[in-house]
Amino acid sequence: MGLAGPNGSGKSSLLHLIAGDIESDSGQLIFDDRALHEWSTHERACHMAFLPQMSLLSFPYTVEEVVMLGRTPHSSGYQADRDVVEQALQLTDTATLRHRLYTQLSGGEKQRTQLARIFAQVCGEESLTGRLLLLDEPTSALDLAHQQQVLSAVRQLARRGCAVVLVIHDLNLAASIADQILVLNKGQQAALGRPKQVLTTELFKEVFTVDVTVSSHPTEGYPMITPHRLTC
Amino acid sequence: MALGLASGAVSLSLPDVGQGLFDTLVGESSNQNALIVGQIRLPRVLLAAVMGATLAISGAAMQGLFRNPLADPSLIGVTAGASLGAALVIVMGGSLLQGYIGLTLVSAGAFTGGVIAVLFVYHLATSPNGTSVATMLLAGIAITALSGAMGSLLEFFADNNMLRRISLWKMGGLDGANYPRLLLATVVGAALLLALPRYAKALNAMLLGESEARHLGIRVDTIKMALITWVAIGVGTSVALVGTIAFVGLVVPHMVRMLAGPDHRYLLPASALAGALLLVVADALARVLVAPTELPVGVITTIVGVPFFISLLRKRHQYGMQ
Repeated sequence: MGLAGPNGSGKSSLLHLIAGDIESDSGQLIFDDRALHEWSTHERACHMAFLPQMSLLSFPYTVEEVVMLGRTPHSSGYQADRDVVEQALQLTDTATLRHRLYTQLSGGEKQRTQLARIFAQVCGEESLTGRLLLLDEPTSALDLAHQQQVLSAVRQLARRGCAVVLVIHDLNLAASIADQILVLNKGQQAALGRPKQVLTTELFKEVFTVDVTVSSHPTEGYPMITPHRLTC
Repeated sequence: MALGLASGAVSLSLPDVGQGLFDTLVGESSNQNALIVGQIRLPRVLLAAVMGATLAISGAAMQGLFRNPLADPSLIGVTAGASLGAALVIVMGGSLLQGYIGLTLVSAGAFTGGVIAVLFVYHLATSPNGTSVATMLLAGIAITALSGAMGSLLEFFADNNMLRRISLWKMGGLDGANYPRLLLATVVGAALLLALPRYAKALNAMLLGESEARHLGIRVDTIKMALITWVAIGVGTSVALVGTIAFVGLVVPHMVRMLAGPDHRYLLPASALAGALLLVVADALARVLVAPTELPVGVITTIVGVPFFISLLRKRHQYGMQ
């Protein structure tokens, strides 16, 4: 599911709510048929992983060590952990960086490393049913090729049964990857559905206050949004 | 350690040290070498090793907890609080401050002062949303400043004799070493060496950030409280027994991290080892540099530590530190 909406509309807050960083004032969050507040910190960590927008890490871990941290909640043994880490490195194209120091990487390389850590946290088994990935702008620092590669990795995990919620500002990218898009505005749901149903000129006018043309991707068929230039 | 036993006002050869140690072990303590080695130097060198290890492993844990490679155990107010506690006992103690009882009272005052300061800092930084390490850092600075001011006030009213005691105590020294103190230090040091490495995995995850660590299944607030308690006990004991010995807790883990990387599973035990080594060497230097007079060991660690620390600061980018 793609999560979209203007700045400050509550996208990240929603992810933090699900991850248990903030408490809800009202309502209840249910995951896998159980209220989320009943999940222990450890249970949550075994089932869901969260990629925040920014990373605070300023210690000279190697890329491999950072990704290995993703295995912290699991006790599957060193060799099994290594295999999962290897898989995560491949999925994010960070295998060649494995011995580099995290602190000396570029912004995009750091983002891919953190993503690999998140993948390593959930990818223990072949079937990923009951797992949840929360990704807050996972592609914001990536070049075009890595955007495509990383998002295709995310889709691959989704096909293996993992639920994915990702905040994404590039709505063309969102339309190309998400099965469902939830648009938030001022903390409320503005639209929810398949990209084609949700991404309409009316929605952009109302929620984002911009005029756009919605067309279709020439080969894939998903909606494509072209904003109109503002006249000053 | 052998060098630590050999050096001092009376210089002994290594065979002399061996003979002295042997004599002490078999209970033959009448000859001079056995007295020097067994009664004076051995407890002192062992105390230096245990306290060096305690300070360094506490520093490593604090740097991990604060996610700051330049953090020092004294940041949480324990050192300043202990100094104030000691000064208070020295000024108020009057005629009680004779011999070993006096020394024990001052140490107890220092430990109490240190623990009270940490409790205060921890309380200030804790809100219903948890404990903020950033607030702890600032609260630690505030409490350190307050303790310093109150200490100065006490010194203002102290007489010459008290002033000398306070300032000697502040410089730090291992000259009060004896077997009862060594026993106490060893119990605390061993507890720390056994307890802190159990948090290595959690500390590794906490370097990513506190919420990231929580997402990895770490019970961050519980671990934070446990670590702060252990460090307060460790550093409080060390300040109580040997006064303030600066820079061991700061420089040693930093140096070990540059050599062995930031993984706490190696960093914690390696820091303890290196800290023990550093303090034994610094104490040996303190005894021989201007023998027969002894220099305060805290002065040596600072004089050696500061230039080293500055060179680390200037070269940190080479090691991937930010």
